[in-house]
Amino acid sequence: MSLVTSASAGSKPGILLARIGRSLKNALIKLSREPVGLFGFIVLLLLIIVAILAPLIAPYSPTTQNLPNALQAPSWEHWAGTDEYGRDILSRLIYGTRITIQTVLAVSVIVGPIGMLVGIVAGFVGGRTDAILMRFTDIVLSFPSLILALSFAAALGAGLETAIIAISLTGWPPIARLARAETLIVRNTDYVAAARLYGASPLRVLFLYIAPMCIPSVVVRLTLNMAGIILTAAALGFLGLGAQPPAPEWGAMISSGRQYMLDNWWVAVMPGIAILLTSLAFNLVGDALRDILDPRHARS
Amino acid sequence: MKEFTLLELGKRIGQLLVSLFLLLVVTFVIGRVLPTDPVGAIVGELADPAAYEAMRQRLGLDLPVYQQFFVYVTSLLQGDLGTAILTGNPVAKDLSSAFPATLELATLAVILSTVIGVPLGMTAAFFRDSWFDQFARVISLVGHSIPVFWFGIVGLVIFYATLAWVGGPGRIDIYLEGLVEPKTGLLLIDSLLAGDTEVFWNAVNHIILPACILAYSAMAYITRMTRSFTLEQLNQDYVVAARAKGASNWRIVTGHLLPNIAVQLVTVLAISYGGLLEGAVVTEVVFSWPGIGQYMTNALMIGDMNAVVAGTLIIGFIFMMLNFLSDLAYLVLDPRTREVTA
Repeated sequence: MSLVTSASAGSKPGILLARIGRSLKNALIKLSREPVGLFGFIVLLLLIIVAILAPLIAPYSPTTQNLPNALQAPSWEHWAGTDEYGRDILSRLIYGTRITIQTVLAVSVIVGPIGMLVGIVAGFVGGRTDAILMRFTDIVLSFPSLILALSFAAALGAGLETAIIAISLTGWPPIARLARAETLIVRNTDYVAAARLYGASPLRVLFLYIAPMCIPSVVVRLTLNMAGIILTAAALGFLGLGAQPPAPEWGAMISSGRQYMLDNWWVAVMPGIAILLTSLAFNLVGDALRDILDPRHARS
Repeated sequence: MKEFTLLELGKRIGQLLVSLFLLLVVTFVIGRVLPTDPVGAIVGELADPAAYEAMRQRLGLDLPVYQQFFVYVTSLLQGDLGTAILTGNPVAKDLSSAFPATLELATLAVILSTVIGVPLGMTAAFFRDSWFDQFARVISLVGHSIPVFWFGIVGLVIFYATLAWVGGPGRIDIYLEGLVEPKTGLLLIDSLLAGDTEVFWNAVNHIILPACILAYSAMAYITRMTRSFTLEQLNQDYVVAARAKGASNWRIVTGHLLPNIAVQLVTVLAISYGGLLEGAVVTEVVFSWPGIGQYMTNALMIGDMNAVVAGTLIIGFIFMMLNFLSDLAYLVLDPRTREVTA
């Protein structure tokens, strides 16, 4: 008996990965029938490749100043022009993808587990614990997230890490609600009853039998949140509360380009296009995923 | 029946009070506990130890944390939000003069986004999968994805700097400033009350671009929600019945659909309004709009936590009140929630 359980426990991650892989594959197959969603997916893929290969792709250094070359309009040498220190804006945008993706991933990695923990505990334990946890979740949900992130970052001092924590603070409630809903469904299934019957402890049931079932939908929900994370992070960067110069953070680039906007529009406009494209791509993918997974929202 | 509604009302009020209390705790933590050296932020790094200690005592930082919280709450209840470093005024006074500017901007934006978003969403649902539906979808997707502050800059470059169709940053041209006596603080209304049309049109000229920019993201959300509410209703039997009786589309919309989606729309509008107050913060920075957002960002540049916390409090408070009111509206307007609670 113990041999069987330990064997099954050993292959758990494998099963889990296979499950995620399968639902991802299904989603991708359906995605390929949605041209718009597919477009978003391709843009995201390109973005990740650009972030990884930034030093190989970027034509210039993102931080080396070249003052005689300052504020050049877009041309064949500088596709997106140069900024007030003569740095190539395209190269800065390319390196900036790293900061954006880092932010999005970090927030997701913080928010996902916290939301899941709150949600599955609430759903599994039920009763008073459930009521208290969910009320708390609702309250955090009713907080103005941007303002809270802003004052939080102001208190802790500006920087990429504080921005990430500040965004995460109000980011977990939707995940918690979703995980709770999933848990409520799974809680009463036969396989959970069977696990309990042969003496699995509540913690074991919670983390090995229930939590894995919530992961796929949580992952989807996290993708849906990413566009919002990008916009909030960019807003914090714009207000000077995100990654600090000379880091090529897109929001901060817009902020510094603002003072040149009347004569040298490209300095502020180009980073905005990058933000717009990225969050649009996330929205397109998220939209398509939701349509695929939730038949109530299906469009056709 | 009535008692149950009262009970429900009491529950909601209790929930609101708990939320507000948590808001107090959070702002207290942000303002007093998190900053590493709040005293140093006020007296400066080079202050002598005696002055430092005096300020520490004046701020009450030598007390245990729970007593500090008590002091924080009691002074808040007395309307004392502390003094702003930047202006030297009490924060409460600064906020009360900045708030109308934000209110005016956000209110105009919510009106614009509703007036455009609701019909757009309904039409899109009616002509589902048509080119119009696709058009509405693209409009709303871009609205969801666009960084408001960047859009504001682009708007200024195009409509102010290039085309000169609208006024530049600020609420009004400098030479007209202070001409109208502030009664409500809302420049559009004040100037009309004073009968000064020149000021009114100048103010309109200045507010129209930030209001439109701000309205766009809210409109995207309203359009999308209206579309999905309408789609849900269009599949219901009563719409089919009305069609069978020969009711016109117009009649179906005004007589049947609108009353049915009104309840859900109220919630969406409340959420949008709260979101607009938040969005106003970054928009104000771009347009040099003298509202709460600009006040807060100016304060956080110099680490003035009193002003930042006060701004967070007031926006958080309005946010939660809006949530509460839309919950109430749900109770009052939707007969189904009444039955469920009864």
